[in-house]
Amino acid sequence: MRRLKEAFADRKALIPYITAGDPSLDGTIRLIEVLQESGADIVEVGIPFSDPQADGPIIQMASKRAIERGTTLEGVLKALKESSSRIKIPVVLMGYYNPILQYGVERFACEARESGVVGVIVPDLPFDEDTAFYGALGGQGVDGILMVAPNTPEERIKKMANSARGFVYCVSLFGITGDKRGPVEGLDSYLERVKRHLKLPLALGFGIDGPEKAKDAAALADGVVVGSALVKLIEESQEDAKVLEEKVQSFISGLREALDSVLFN
Amino acid sequence: MSSRKGYFGDFGGRYVPETLIPALDELEKMYEEVKSDKSFSEELKRLLATYCGRPTPLYFAERLSEKLGRKIYLKREDLNHTGAHKINNAIGQVLLAKRMGKKRIIAETGAGQHGVAVATASAREGLECHVYMGVEDMERQALNVEKMRLLGAEVVPVTSGSQTLKDATNEAIRDWVTNVKDTYYVIGSVVGPHPYPTIVRDFQKVIGEETKSQVLEAEKRLPDVLVACVGGGSNSIGFFYPFLEDENVKMIGVEAAGKGLSTGFHACSLTAGKVGVLHGSRSYLLQDPHGQVQIAYSISAGLDYPGVGPEHSYLKDSGRVEYTSVTDFEALKAFETLSKLEGIIPALESSHALAEAIKRAPELDPEVLVVVCLSGRGDKDMSSVRPYLLKDGDSI
Repeated sequence: MRRLKEAFADRKALIPYITAGDPSLDGTIRLIEVLQESGADIVEVGIPFSDPQADGPIIQMASKRAIERGTTLEGVLKALKESSSRIKIPVVLMGYYNPILQYGVERFACEARESGVVGVIVPDLPFDEDTAFYGALGGQGVDGILMVAPNTPEERIKKMANSARGFVYCVSLFGITGDKRGPVEGLDSYLERVKRHLKLPLALGFGIDGPEKAKDAAALADGVVVGSALVKLIEESQEDAKVLEEKVQSFISGLREALDSVLFN
Repeated sequence: MSSRKGYFGDFGGRYVPETLIPALDELEKMYEEVKSDKSFSEELKRLLATYCGRPTPLYFAERLSEKLGRKIYLKREDLNHTGAHKINNAIGQVLLAKRMGKKRIIAETGAGQHGVAVATASAREGLECHVYMGVEDMERQALNVEKMRLLGAEVVPVTSGSQTLKDATNEAIRDWVTNVKDTYYVIGSVVGPHPYPTIVRDFQKVIGEETKSQVLEAEKRLPDVLVACVGGGSNSIGFFYPFLEDENVKMIGVEAAGKGLSTGFHACSLTAGKVGVLHGSRSYLLQDPHGQVQIAYSISAGLDYPGVGPEHSYLKDSGRVEYTSVTDFEALKAFETLSKLEGIIPALESSHALAEAIKRAPELDPEVLVVVCLSGRGDKDMSSVRPYLLKDGDSI
């Protein structure tokens, strides 16, 4: 399993997001393969939750479909473990805190490692709210990935330096996932502020819906997260796996090309 | 109580997206400032008196007391402007928003009482107001939707998830994340991330403070038992809080048992839930074994919320407050009893507290002094109760 740091070593990292269990857990594993074959460097897999506060309507609906089809955290970890030989790129889990809390923080950290998960993002758990959780992850060698927002004060970013691992997830705007308005103005000074204190690769996410925005984002950041636009494609092709794979492949290849057109240094 | 900032024992905290942390810090700082600012407390006091109609009366329910053989007083929060205790908090927080220079107010609402209260307070301050409301609640509480619109607020229909209060709250949080720079989010109960549970409690504790001095004046002693309903828990915490140190005052919080605890159709987060995290705080929560939040049910739209304020979770675990529940049916009976005996139509929410007082009365010492918080009036519930009410003298 490649570590997160390596995923940023040779090129601008492309980080697609998909919701686990949409259209099915088997489908999720198959999609991860398609993503890695089409040029993704890391895959972010969402654990569905009933109340995803930081997500827009597209990912909300994907979570709802996945839950209705019986997707659980246990099932996601099991599916990842069983297919670990097929997955070549690092897997990062994204999940809201309550399902993890009910699963048991220690148990989650341990089984995440056993399933080959290298990083975890919990959007409703600030770094200083439950240090035991990030400690448990660290104990298993799983990276606790922190999010930073455009309004996070420099003092607070500084405090994150001790806890931040893997890469920094920079939220591109004031808003939720799938917000078409794209990155905030003054993105460069925002990312500079983060870079001054966190010596990790920076990935930019939220509202990056296609090659053009991905290219602009990659000019300033080390990696780009694309979620809602991809989940929308999955939503539209729930019934036909073949069509879905083709669409995803073409979308990801386009993003890859856009990222590779940006100077890497 | 835990010394950890923003926690009541193990409950509370700030489980929110990073974008909201600076806003919560700003709110906390401003709240600390106004707490010691005399001009703020005087303005609030003046508005509560001249605009809301405070102090609300403490009423001795003579015929109900006679029937039960125990002395029952009612704290008449139903006589507030807009018909419920919600206005106490709405006025306070909108004043706070004005101090912070915020131009845009957002709120979530279930039954619509908090939405109406916030629309009212915003109208008075000339602030733009958007209220998130589940489409199912908009149908159940159409009159309140009309009122909010008349007051100049935009009612934003919420079609996601359960289409009730839980999802209206999710949408309000998403709006806040998006518009955090110029927007103030007025949370309607003692829920949400720190400092909200404390701010809302402080704006509601006027209920208990008035009750204390009114009972002392009427009876020359403290009450023995306080009873209040608990959804998110704002009227109950406001009612209980000033008595927490008075060891001999027993407190009972009443949750909505809906169709019965065993049916799964209820809203008993404290009596049947498990500790979890929702809407920014750690507290008791209705959830399935996988941590997915369950949809609460109650005939009363103001109580069907799957979470509860973190301070209530603390008071449950510490044993200071007893939490129990009554069913839709028991609440409806109490609704009718109070209307017939006292000429007061209580809100269905408050009817839960009344039902518990009625149920409990025979077990209590005959000399006992009971105060029930009548958190709101029942006009809004007429269409919900109509199918259940007596026909031709039948008994329900």
